[in-house]
Amino acid sequence: MNAREVLLDKYSARVYKNRKEHIIEVDKNIPDQQITANTRTIPGIMTNRGCCYAGCKGVVLGPIKDVLTLTHGPIGCGFYSWGTRRNKARTESGENFIQYCFSTDMQEPDIVFGGEKKLRQAIKEAMEIFNPKCILICSTCPVGLIGDDIHAVAAETEKEYGITCIAFSCEGYKGVSQSGGHHIANNGLMRRVIGTGDRPAKTKYSVNILGEYNIGGDSWEIERVLKKIGYEVVSVFTGNGSIEAIKNSHHANLNLVQCHRSINYIAEMMKTKYGTDWIKVNFIGLEATISSLRDMAAFFGDPELSARTEEVIAEELAAIAEEREYYRSKLKGKTAALYVGGSRAHHYQLLLKDFGVETVLAGYEFAHRDDYEGRDVIPTIKEDADSKNIESIEVEADPEKFRVYLSPERYEELKGKIQLDTYDGMIKDMNSGSIVVDDLNHFETKEFTRLLKPDIFFSGIKDKYEIQKNGVLSRQLHSYDYSGPYAGFNGAINFGRDLTMGLYTPAWGYINPPWKTKSVLKASLAGGDK
Amino acid sequence: MLNLTPKKIYERSALRVNPCKTCQPVGALYAALGVHKCMPHSHGSQGCVSYHRTFLTRHFKEPAIASTSSFTEGASVFGGGSNLKTGVKNVFDIYDPDIIAVHTTCLSETIGDDLNAYIQDMDLPEGKIVVHTNTPSYVGSHINGFFNMMCGFINYLSQSTGVKNGKTAIFPGFVNPGDIREMKKIAKLMNVPFVMFPDQSGVMDAPMSGHYEMYPKGGTTIPEIVGLGDCEKVLALGELTCEEPANVLERKCGVPYELLPLPIGIEGTDRFVMALSEISHDDVPYELEEERGQLVDVMLDAHPYYHDKKVAIFGDPDTVLGLTSFALELGMIPKYVITGTPGEGFVRKATALFDKFGVFDCTAKAGADLFELHQWIKNESVDLLLGTSYGKQIAKAEDIPFVRAGFPVLDRYAHSYFPIVGYRGALRLLELISNALMDRRDKDAADEDLDVVM
Repeated sequence: MNAREVLLDKYSARVYKNRKEHIIEVDKNIPDQQITANTRTIPGIMTNRGCCYAGCKGVVLGPIKDVLTLTHGPIGCGFYSWGTRRNKARTESGENFIQYCFSTDMQEPDIVFGGEKKLRQAIKEAMEIFNPKCILICSTCPVGLIGDDIHAVAAETEKEYGITCIAFSCEGYKGVSQSGGHHIANNGLMRRVIGTGDRPAKTKYSVNILGEYNIGGDSWEIERVLKKIGYEVVSVFTGNGSIEAIKNSHHANLNLVQCHRSINYIAEMMKTKYGTDWIKVNFIGLEATISSLRDMAAFFGDPELSARTEEVIAEELAAIAEEREYYRSKLKGKTAALYVGGSRAHHYQLLLKDFGVETVLAGYEFAHRDDYEGRDVIPTIKEDADSKNIESIEVEADPEKFRVYLSPERYEELKGKIQLDTYDGMIKDMNSGSIVVDDLNHFETKEFTRLLKPDIFFSGIKDKYEIQKNGVLSRQLHSYDYSGPYAGFNGAINFGRDLTMGLYTPAWGYINPPWKTKSVLKASLAGGDK
Repeated sequence: MLNLTPKKIYERSALRVNPCKTCQPVGALYAALGVHKCMPHSHGSQGCVSYHRTFLTRHFKEPAIASTSSFTEGASVFGGGSNLKTGVKNVFDIYDPDIIAVHTTCLSETIGDDLNAYIQDMDLPEGKIVVHTNTPSYVGSHINGFFNMMCGFINYLSQSTGVKNGKTAIFPGFVNPGDIREMKKIAKLMNVPFVMFPDQSGVMDAPMSGHYEMYPKGGTTIPEIVGLGDCEKVLALGELTCEEPANVLERKCGVPYELLPLPIGIEGTDRFVMALSEISHDDVPYELEEERGQLVDVMLDAHPYYHDKKVAIFGDPDTVLGLTSFALELGMIPKYVITGTPGEGFVRKATALFDKFGVFDCTAKAGADLFELHQWIKNESVDLLLGTSYGKQIAKAEDIPFVRAGFPVLDRYAHSYFPIVGYRGALRLLELISNALMDRRDKDAADEDLDVVM
């Protein structure tokens, strides 16, 4: 039996039946290997997944620094999503909403008699104290159940205070993971924010970075490189994010999609509504970054830009060459398992490859089949009751703002060369024999650690200490263990340094006390005269 | 940092900003982790338990296990009975705990799931147990969840056989494993046979062995929880945290209880030691007297560095009251004393402490938040902040020395291994406080004023 079969064998019949569809061993000889994803987690299984609110408020909306994001619900949800995702943001004035947690802190009477009154009052107080230009309301589980109409309150707020107020019905029970929340946040931004600004881009080489949340400062490293080449970054969704910038994002000529899962809806809708093409980029990993930069240059098709791109690549590589070689010498030949979100498990494989580390297992927490298999499978994905509950909005070409950058001929020419308006998924980048697991759980983490013996297991905080207690290094790829950036050229070196440090820290050598390997009693037992 | 916080204080009745509390379920989860071979189970949407496990893991830097009923929209409409049934079956199948401790969430509470009925209807494997408690997130705080889970265990399990077991039950309150170890040490030195409930030591401070144990050695055992009903007495530490479970046990099994403050500082610890001494009818051993004497010795030695310094203290009610008491014993002025957990008892007790030590112009508030505390500080500052990790924002904004204590401490390591309770815990607090204040003095000193000897 291979590792997959050994593991599945331990499950009861019902769980086996479910989980076997979510775990595959990559086999390059089989075309179009299928995996089941974005379906319910079985109750009782210790999943790492979060909820719709976590995807909406926690991931997509939370990083926006110039809006007051108000959680409507009991205190917990707002509290847990307060300053915990390391979305770095700075402002010139120092006024930064993401340092704050705002909640209506609903109490029992609000649940019994309805919470709209308290929400209205909270907004009134927020206006008096903070006077924000924009308020985002995010609801938690009980709000939907008791039927508070947060959208009506948002509309009233706009009328009364003349500000933008957008409501997001992202109750935790919606969908099967954070994924539904990403979609709801995408819908809200698309409907109400994108396209409402009238500040045109300054240059031809204008881009938005989509699905980059500036964790550990990743976005700043990416922007540094892009600006050095000569790109204009119009907006970032939503790392160090600004609602003002997002309003103007439709003026950019190209969308760069970093995290496909959380933001692909906006990429697609902007393509339909404003004609903006998107390319799937990956700024995690040196080779991946270089290839993304070349794809961008190819899109704009300007020889000067291409030359400048090569120049910057050479400069950046030269600056890190020595450190890169050093960390590669320390890491080469190691193996890794990755379990993260909906894109990083793919992205980090390429960074690991830069350092000679092979991936033996990779899994996504809340991905859909297209994140594994590529967007070509989207028409074949069957909608189930859970995904139907998440609204899909239809957009049409905006008669005034729709414009296409590429000529039809250029589009066709490029289509074959780069991932233009599409994404090929994670599995295509993986070797035969490696394992792919969707919604990996606590038990499977433990078992696969035992069976595959990776040198490093990348995951999140809930797994980290379980893995390390088993004697295997675990690094968090959600928070970067409070380090970073890991993106771009400098980020790759930070990553190499952190990984090397983790593998070689002397503490690993002290796990077994000397008396476990040498008998301390021996001398006194053997030597009768002692 | 926190540049949007104005000095002018507005009355707020609805908007909570920068809370100093969280929701009930996480407290229930922590209480359940203090029971040996127990799987905490969250009956709600899976996001809740994801947040709670994350949160506890960040505080302890240890795995915090818990399963979930993984509600979807369907379960939210039709009830979570079948999710719980499937969940419990899978947990026993895959993770094999001896007991599952279910707590509810605002989701299952709002739809009115009847956990009693669900659990009664279950076919459980031989010898396995499921208990539950109700923890609506819209009532109280994580402290309520913690004591509600204790009540859940007692309600389901504790029995009075009519024959006393000669033990004293100690309810340690919402504290760290390091604190529990210190309480146990004191009880052992006092020759009092005891049951600690709950007991996260040996669970949330498990050692590195190279082999992950899903259920580490620690935790109150099920027979011990059953046997709570035969205990001679309960010492309930933390008056605002442990009264309810002590009450429930008294009503159910007739075990009398004595409510005590958390043994933080001299007087708090004295009261704990005296209560133990009344039970054992023994003298206090020299070892404890020595620890106490050492503490007083250092308190005298170092007093110029903290006497009359103003401190703002924030966190959970009993912890904050203990820290306030010790601050007063040190001669400090607890200028602002807040907890996010609602309840008038807190203010009454804090005010009684102010009165006892004759300090004026100190403010205590329950149901407060860190935004409000920050505004007070902007109007009249303090010399030291003492509380949970989120205080670091205020400390940075206002450039005030900061000592971490209580729950949560997310941004430091090893803290949960060391006590703040007992004489030793007080000595540690004293060291942290005086170091913070003295570091500050060194940092601010002109070159000619920098003292090598202090």
